[in-house]
Amino acid sequence: MSSNLQLIIRREFISRIRNRTFVIMTFLSPLIAVGMVALIAWLTTLNSDEVKKVVVVDETELFVSDFEDTKEVTYLNYSKVGLETAKDSVISQKLYGLLYIPEKSTNKNLAKSIQFYAEESPNFSVLNRIERIIANKLTEQNYKDEGLNLEVIQKAKAKVNIQIENFSGEKTSKMSNYVKMAFGGLAGYLLMMFIIIYGNMVMRSVIEEKTNRIIEIIISSVKPMQLMLGKILGTSFAGIVQFLVWVLLGGVLLIIATSLFGIDAQPVGVDPSVALEENNPEEIQLLIQDILKLPLLTLVLSFFVYFVGGYFLYSSIYAAIGAAVDSETDSQQFMLPIILPLMLGIYVGFFAVIENPHGTVSTVFSMIPLTSPIVMLMRIPFGVPWWQILISISLLIGSIVFMVWFAGKIYRIGILMYGKKPSYKELFKWLKY
Amino acid sequence: MSNLLEVEEASKRFGNFIALNNVSIKVPKGSIFGLLGPNGAGKTTLIRIINQITLPDTGNVFLDGEPLQSHHIKDIGYLPEERGLYKSMKVGEQALYLAQLKGLSKKEAKERLKYWFDKFDISHWWNKKIQELSKGMAQKVQFIVTVLHRPKLLIFDEPFSGFDPINANVIKDEILQLRDEGATVIFSTHRMESVEELCDHMALIHKSNKILEGKVTDIKKEYKSNTFEVGLLSDNNMELEKVLRDTFQIEPAHFKAIDEQLKLKISLDTKTQPNELLGFLSDKAQVVRFNEVIPSVNEIFIKTITENE
Repeated sequence: MSSNLQLIIRREFISRIRNRTFVIMTFLSPLIAVGMVALIAWLTTLNSDEVKKVVVVDETELFVSDFEDTKEVTYLNYSKVGLETAKDSVISQKLYGLLYIPEKSTNKNLAKSIQFYAEESPNFSVLNRIERIIANKLTEQNYKDEGLNLEVIQKAKAKVNIQIENFSGEKTSKMSNYVKMAFGGLAGYLLMMFIIIYGNMVMRSVIEEKTNRIIEIIISSVKPMQLMLGKILGTSFAGIVQFLVWVLLGGVLLIIATSLFGIDAQPVGVDPSVALEENNPEEIQLLIQDILKLPLLTLVLSFFVYFVGGYFLYSSIYAAIGAAVDSETDSQQFMLPIILPLMLGIYVGFFAVIENPHGTVSTVFSMIPLTSPIVMLMRIPFGVPWWQILISISLLIGSIVFMVWFAGKIYRIGILMYGKKPSYKELFKWLKY
Repeated sequence: MSNLLEVEEASKRFGNFIALNNVSIKVPKGSIFGLLGPNGAGKTTLIRIINQITLPDTGNVFLDGEPLQSHHIKDIGYLPEERGLYKSMKVGEQALYLAQLKGLSKKEAKERLKYWFDKFDISHWWNKKIQELSKGMAQKVQFIVTVLHRPKLLIFDEPFSGFDPINANVIKDEILQLRDEGATVIFSTHRMESVEELCDHMALIHKSNKILEGKVTDIKKEYKSNTFEVGLLSDNNMELEKVLRDTFQIEPAHFKAIDEQLKLKISLDTKTQPNELLGFLSDKAQVVRFNEVIPSVNEIFIKTITENE
């Protein structure tokens, strides 16, 4: 009867692929995504074009000269006019803000009494810069007051750039952690998206068969378990096709967009390391080396295993939920057991794993089957002992077998139940039928 | 005549609810077997057990002498009461898919579908989607899919619901023809007149128990009460009725007649033969109507159900 499974897989696949919404989403999503990126990039450049004018009233006359104009901010010296007049003109001319440095007896007092007036809460980076300038000047002033020679101090400052090397003598860049994080994070996030999108699709397809009332005709020919597996597999093949189209189309569009608008990816990129690398060609080389040095084979293999495993685990839950309810709106009450572990996985991944990839929390969550696919995928780039992977995968496979059995039970009963909105208690009863 | 299907003491409970309690039925080869019962009696559960959709808690099912196995799926064609088709799939594709699930090759399925589509004159539906068809039209497609793989056993659950009288007749004739070609049919319905018309055997299930089974004619014999419906012409109907009431157990009868008759139902005790009654009546009046009252399936249904309440 394995030919029946093939038939079901093919039908599910074809009916997904032919679905109009599916086709539209397949081709439109990359366009929308790239469009969004381009839009954000454009808006960012637009935003920083606007020069912020900051009025400085410096009663000490000590700091004014240190405020140099940047691309973002110009400083206007209003020290001579006094605070009240300066305030009025900032308001009337709608300037960005007003920095007030009063005359104080000691530097300590001065440091506490500097004020910034603004209509809206001021930009973080602007404030940061101002604070740094004043702090530097005050520190210098303090040195002078203590009778220290500034030049000597400048000379005495040491610059440290620790070279990271492992015991076999290979150099790594400081970026290597970022690279590992990026790889793991991307894999985990991708898996979560895949589960939510295509798990939902499995559920909808189960509900569709129920509402169309074709289900009894089908299961008089095939076993419910075959039907469920066929659905999960057929939908996942459609999902893989969609994903591939997205990656290809998205890549092509991104290249076109960047060359067309002349936007370099930098302002959009979240990675703060990019700027650093440019200063240091050696770092880039190390970065590439880092990527090549990642356990690539393990990474690809485990990505495959956890992707398939995680998807199977969750989509069988989705199938069971679809069988238990009559419509998609009724399915909400059963979503918690899916969303909760997924979210937990992502949060543990982004907080605990990045903080300490081999800590207790990370290790435990990379073993628990519902969170392990995401968390382990995030851990693997940092190097996980093989026995941990082995335990985690065995637990995952064990729980898939259990979950498919469990879901199959609920599925078998649920697909023939109409008009009832079951509770968890009732689902539990179904297991005994 | 041997039995195609035998169910032996099948029981099924769902939690605390007993859906089927030690039910046995024997469906003879080549018969049309009516499976009757009020809503919720357990008919659907029994049918699902035969289709291996549900497993019985206890009891056995034999098809053609063999214990029921998964390969028997091919020998059964089932038209469930809750039936539908994929709305957005094309008629032809869908029929092919369902036929292939029953084990037909694609080529075979295509040929047979062509035959049936031509027969019902619906070939032009092939590329239509189900959502473009009416309910009755979709039912025709479902009927074809049910019988396409030429199963030994056909199970129809309310097959005529959704059909207009003309199409219901078409389907009825097809069922009879399939029977003549050697198929055995199980028929689950509430429509007693179609049982009366089609079925030669029947079983009645009530509250999870089988309370009646057998040949329809045997059951009718058992349920007839030796009652005769008579139409009498005489000069004095009042006088005649009085005389009859003294001798027999009578009640008024209702039927259509063109002249003024005394219409009565006369029940005889078991010792009295119909001829004695006829002789008695013909002495007193002109007998224009004399026939035995045979209970309809409907009457038997209502009687047994109320007796078992």
